[in-house]
Amino acid sequence: MALAAVPAASRAGFRTVVGAGRTLGDGFANGNRHANPRRQDHPSKPAFSFETPFTQTLPTFSFPGLGLPMKASPRLFAAFVAMFAFLLPLAALSQERGLEIDIVGGNASALPITVVPMPYQGGGAAPETDVAAVVGADLARSGQFRTLPAADMVEKPTRGSEIQFPTWRLLKQDFIVVGHVLDAGAGSYRVEYELFDVAKQERLLGFAMTARSSALRDVAHQMADAIYEKILGVRGAFWTRIAYITVTGTGKGARYALMVADSDGYNPQTVVRSPEPLLSPSWSPDGRKLAYVSFERGNSSIYIQDITTGSRELIASFRGINSSPAFSPDGRRLALTLSRSGNPEIYVMDLGSKALTQITNQFGIDTEPTWSADGSSLYFTSDRGGQPQIYQVPASGGSATRVTFQGRYNASPTVSFDDKKIAVAQGSGNVYRIALLDRSLGSPRWSTLSPGSLDESPSFAPNASMVLYAAREGRRGVLYAVSADGRVRQRLVLADGDVREPAWGPFRAQR
Amino acid sequence: MNTITRVLLTAVLCTAAVACSKKVKEVPPADTGPSTGVVDQTGPTTPGAYGPGDLDTDACLRQRVVYFDLDQDALRPEFQAAMACHAKYLRDRPSSRMTLEGNADERGSRDYNLGLGERRANSVSSALQANGGSGAQITVVSYGEERPTCTDSNEDCWAKNRRVEIVYTAK
Repeated sequence: MALAAVPAASRAGFRTVVGAGRTLGDGFANGNRHANPRRQDHPSKPAFSFETPFTQTLPTFSFPGLGLPMKASPRLFAAFVAMFAFLLPLAALSQERGLEIDIVGGNASALPITVVPMPYQGGGAAPETDVAAVVGADLARSGQFRTLPAADMVEKPTRGSEIQFPTWRLLKQDFIVVGHVLDAGAGSYRVEYELFDVAKQERLLGFAMTARSSALRDVAHQMADAIYEKILGVRGAFWTRIAYITVTGTGKGARYALMVADSDGYNPQTVVRSPEPLLSPSWSPDGRKLAYVSFERGNSSIYIQDITTGSRELIASFRGINSSPAFSPDGRRLALTLSRSGNPEIYVMDLGSKALTQITNQFGIDTEPTWSADGSSLYFTSDRGGQPQIYQVPASGGSATRVTFQGRYNASPTVSFDDKKIAVAQGSGNVYRIALLDRSLGSPRWSTLSPGSLDESPSFAPNASMVLYAAREGRRGVLYAVSADGRVRQRLVLADGDVREPAWGPFRAQR
Repeated sequence: MNTITRVLLTAVLCTAAVACSKKVKEVPPADTGPSTGVVDQTGPTTPGAYGPGDLDTDACLRQRVVYFDLDQDALRPEFQAAMACHAKYLRDRPSSRMTLEGNADERGSRDYNLGLGERRANSVSSALQANGGSGAQITVVSYGEERPTCTDSNEDCWAKNRRVEIVYTAK
């Protein structure tokens, strides 16, 4: 094999990487993953090098039998779609177009990296997915990297042995990623790629991954995750999914959908459709279920739905408001807001027994519970002090302490995996922006992440590198992903309709 | 100038409202006299008991939307008359039922606005009950900011969306 010619020095360098290519999906591990025996002993996932190539087949993710009206016979449903096609352009169009992506800001300190196009070198039909383009877009979107435009790539190596390092030093690149796509039989493709440090001329990563055509975007996102982690020491969150609500039509003709898409907005799938408002999607920690609020019963109710099978369960439909579901980090409890006692209070439901524990008891609106990373406490929005502010309360109940003191209006808290950062929707007059409270440096420090006038619903990526939020542009809602330093924003625009209420899903597990 | 006018207007309306509530207090709820008096202040006279047809013809009963100030759930004085005639309708027709749909404008958190919408609907419910309507006839639901009647991002539009809609589910 040509790759056996990799110099001994880079192979030695490569060996330190062993384990970095561990199966994604364990908890956020910066610690002793290099010494994780379970991973290294796993027979199907050996140490990664081209001598012992890492091969895996990705599952394809399908969404059979989703949504309520879709349970009706296909012909009826088709007739329904035909009748309302002019009202419901979402169904077909969103599947094809996905979300558009624009980078609207920039970061001068971002690391320069070249992701060279990875051509198909097999003998059959080339895959539709441009793997290198997906990897490059991911890295650029994070705000941590600045990718070299393809037009500036004077050479296009596809293997480490073809890289002329002086060229890339001249182009002031810190890192270069090269690779190519081969056939793997039975319509599958094999992507081989390598990451090099340009200055040291050292190979940092060398992986091969096999997948069907439909899963090549997943492969690309995992490549970006591996590159991100290797260079920054932080687990990448590109191979994750987001949930959000779309609305098409207005007034009585409004149609709502709960959608799930890849973190870059591609591959949108409808999970639930409804003529009544849908709200507040919340991911289970294993990424298999979504809790959400639906008005299909006339009043707000909370459901939990299995994304893959479409089966769902009515969780709460009490008198008054049933809103703001949030799974605990262990997935066994659900925090929620109920106003059955007369005004909105925070409750925790044990999902096994369905027993409810009332957490707050205060004359005022208490809502939007969100769990601390260890599950021991809840952050929530309360106007007990006159205006909405963020408070924290033990998850077993007790007295609440106020967390936010700057800003007239702070609501919709989202908490980073390490509890150090809280992003909120912060209001001042008629202007609502996403603001970040960073508590990692002793005294709390605020920064503003968004420039908009009606920004809302912030949601942290599982590695806290980015925050997803909703903004209004004209009469429609759009989603933005902003880097946690606020310097790079990317807009995810649904081709049609109003997009809102984004929720960033957990890390995904391979199997 | 504008402020003075507003203060004066508010004062006049408050006085009217106080006068009304006094009248209601002084006589038992079964007596429709004072309520008729209240309706008289808004113009149209409805002698005797209300019937379902009045929902479409009576100027006071046709007022089915109650508007609120920003971040407020306090009933504005100009809606006291509407509260009185809808309460009278509930009393006159014990089989009637209404749903109070609370709404908020688009600014701020959607979940918080669900709470705000409910507060506003509860405020209308309390006013109807204070005027003699029965709580058993009233259902409260909050749509938060999910059911706007106007979708521009300006104060005119927001003011239209900060509302409670009175929907008769049984006449």
